[in-house]
Amino acid sequence: MSALRVLKSTEFDLVTIRRDFPALHQKVHGKPLVYLDNAATTQKPSAVIEAVDRFYRFDCSNVHRAVHALSDRATMAYENARTTVKQFINARSEREIIFVRGATEGINLVMNSYGRMRTVPGSEILISTLEHHSNIVPWQLLAEQTGARLIVVPIRDTGEVILEEFERRLGSNTLLVAVAHVSNALGTVVPVKEIIKMAHAREVPVLLDGAQAIPHMRVDVQDLECDFYAFSGHKVFGPTGIGVLYGREQLLEGMPPYQGGGDMIRSVTFEKTIYNELPYKFEAGTPHIAGAIGLGAALQYISQIGIDRAAAHERKLLGYATDLLSTIPGLRLIGTAREKVGVLSFVLDGIHPHDVGTILDRNGIAVRTGHHCAQPVMERFGVPATTRASLAFYNSKAEMDALANSIRRVQKLFAA
Amino acid sequence: MNLNLDDAEVAELYQELIVDHSRRPRNFRRLERATHHAEGFNPLCGDKVTVYLELEKDIVREVTFEGEGCAISKASASLMTESIKGRSRTEVTRLFSRFRDVASGVNNADLADLGKLAAFSGLRGFPTRVKCATLAWHTLHAALDKTTSIVSTE
Repeated sequence: MSALRVLKSTEFDLVTIRRDFPALHQKVHGKPLVYLDNAATTQKPSAVIEAVDRFYRFDCSNVHRAVHALSDRATMAYENARTTVKQFINARSEREIIFVRGATEGINLVMNSYGRMRTVPGSEILISTLEHHSNIVPWQLLAEQTGARLIVVPIRDTGEVILEEFERRLGSNTLLVAVAHVSNALGTVVPVKEIIKMAHAREVPVLLDGAQAIPHMRVDVQDLECDFYAFSGHKVFGPTGIGVLYGREQLLEGMPPYQGGGDMIRSVTFEKTIYNELPYKFEAGTPHIAGAIGLGAALQYISQIGIDRAAAHERKLLGYATDLLSTIPGLRLIGTAREKVGVLSFVLDGIHPHDVGTILDRNGIAVRTGHHCAQPVMERFGVPATTRASLAFYNSKAEMDALANSIRRVQKLFAA
Repeated sequence: MNLNLDDAEVAELYQELIVDHSRRPRNFRRLERATHHAEGFNPLCGDKVTVYLELEKDIVREVTFEGEGCAISKASASLMTESIKGRSRTEVTRLFSRFRDVASGVNNADLADLGKLAAFSGLRGFPTRVKCATLAWHTLHAALDKTTSIVSTE
């Protein structure tokens, strides 16, 4: 039975919710799967799997093209998904919702279109030490090609962005602030509202990389007043290969297309092409229709569970797991910001994360080990890699116990 | 050591010899009089190793290493240095080829000629970890070839 029909009270019914995620109910190396790699990708509820299946079974057709019934149904479903996204992040209009492949492409779109249009030699892009490579490398490309400069705001030992340092680096040359809403490697929730206020006071637009925030908290782009917000569908219980770039309509209107092709044009002659209106101007070629529909289903599923309720459950779980891991001698948590989502990045004395990951895997526990596509963060903390357990609302206290027990077994194995 | 593991494959991978060499790597130092050396890097996990060789008429007189990495990569580098000392270039190449086959589970039939290196036959159940074990060997190979560029597993 689906959680959607059962959950009426304010109770967070974990057993019912877990039933909605078929992949969670399997054994790995003979042990029940404990999936704690949610910051890499999340598992999908049946509602998403079925929405994608339904599209390919019954409605498979191209969008915005033909007059036949299937194309009409596909277009409706695709555009309904856009409306769902708009409502989920409280954008003003569907014109502000651009479907892309993921947060990475969303950031690259802004870099290529807004960045190239506005950059002059000496322009500065402000990021923080916390960024995922996807919010570093695009700006380095822009810098290489245009003479712009990348300015990096440092973080504290807790993994928090230093706001005063941020303000100090904002100046007349700042073209754009591009920061993570939540750090993927540490779980830090960045005080983006303050950052946006500081930037807007100097008329600098702000792009938020929301890939790690969107599955964990209510995101309201009007309340945040951000100018761009990028996120990936697969990290919020939707399919891979689909994501969203939100942009303020006024900014998007003034930006040149990112890619050229079909669907993004109104009329084409060899002399002159007139671009389509928003958001289609930025959606060249046949989009990932099934992906968008699946993402719409994922966001509806979360809305029906209640993002605030899910976040409250995660917060309790994070507190429980943090206390539990803190009792393990020789374990150091990396990332201890006051405002955090469910990410537990840690190192064990004398034991390499790679070995930890292998042994946890044999106990059915899926975690990520490595640099988490955030090498500057690893460098900041002087570690080559960490083990990262990342939570979703379907995780349980029992799974946190399993994690802690397995870590103790790893330590036993490597004990002198 | 009492491993106290109910997973036989984990126990085979992290057997006493490997854990011991990872904790107390042998020949773990820079070799000032090295005639050959090379650096190896696994960008996926960040493992780094530098292998130093002192060759005299194609015989490995001395071999040491430095670096950081997981237990498998450290133990592999450590046991590699022990097993190639005094061997000729041709013997080292043959050993590397045998080691690679055993680590990737291609040929586990006869481990007798491998000596302590046979401990790595436990890797066959862990295909994602084979690169950890072969990094030092690839780096050694590059050092023998006098390759000065950085070796990468990717």
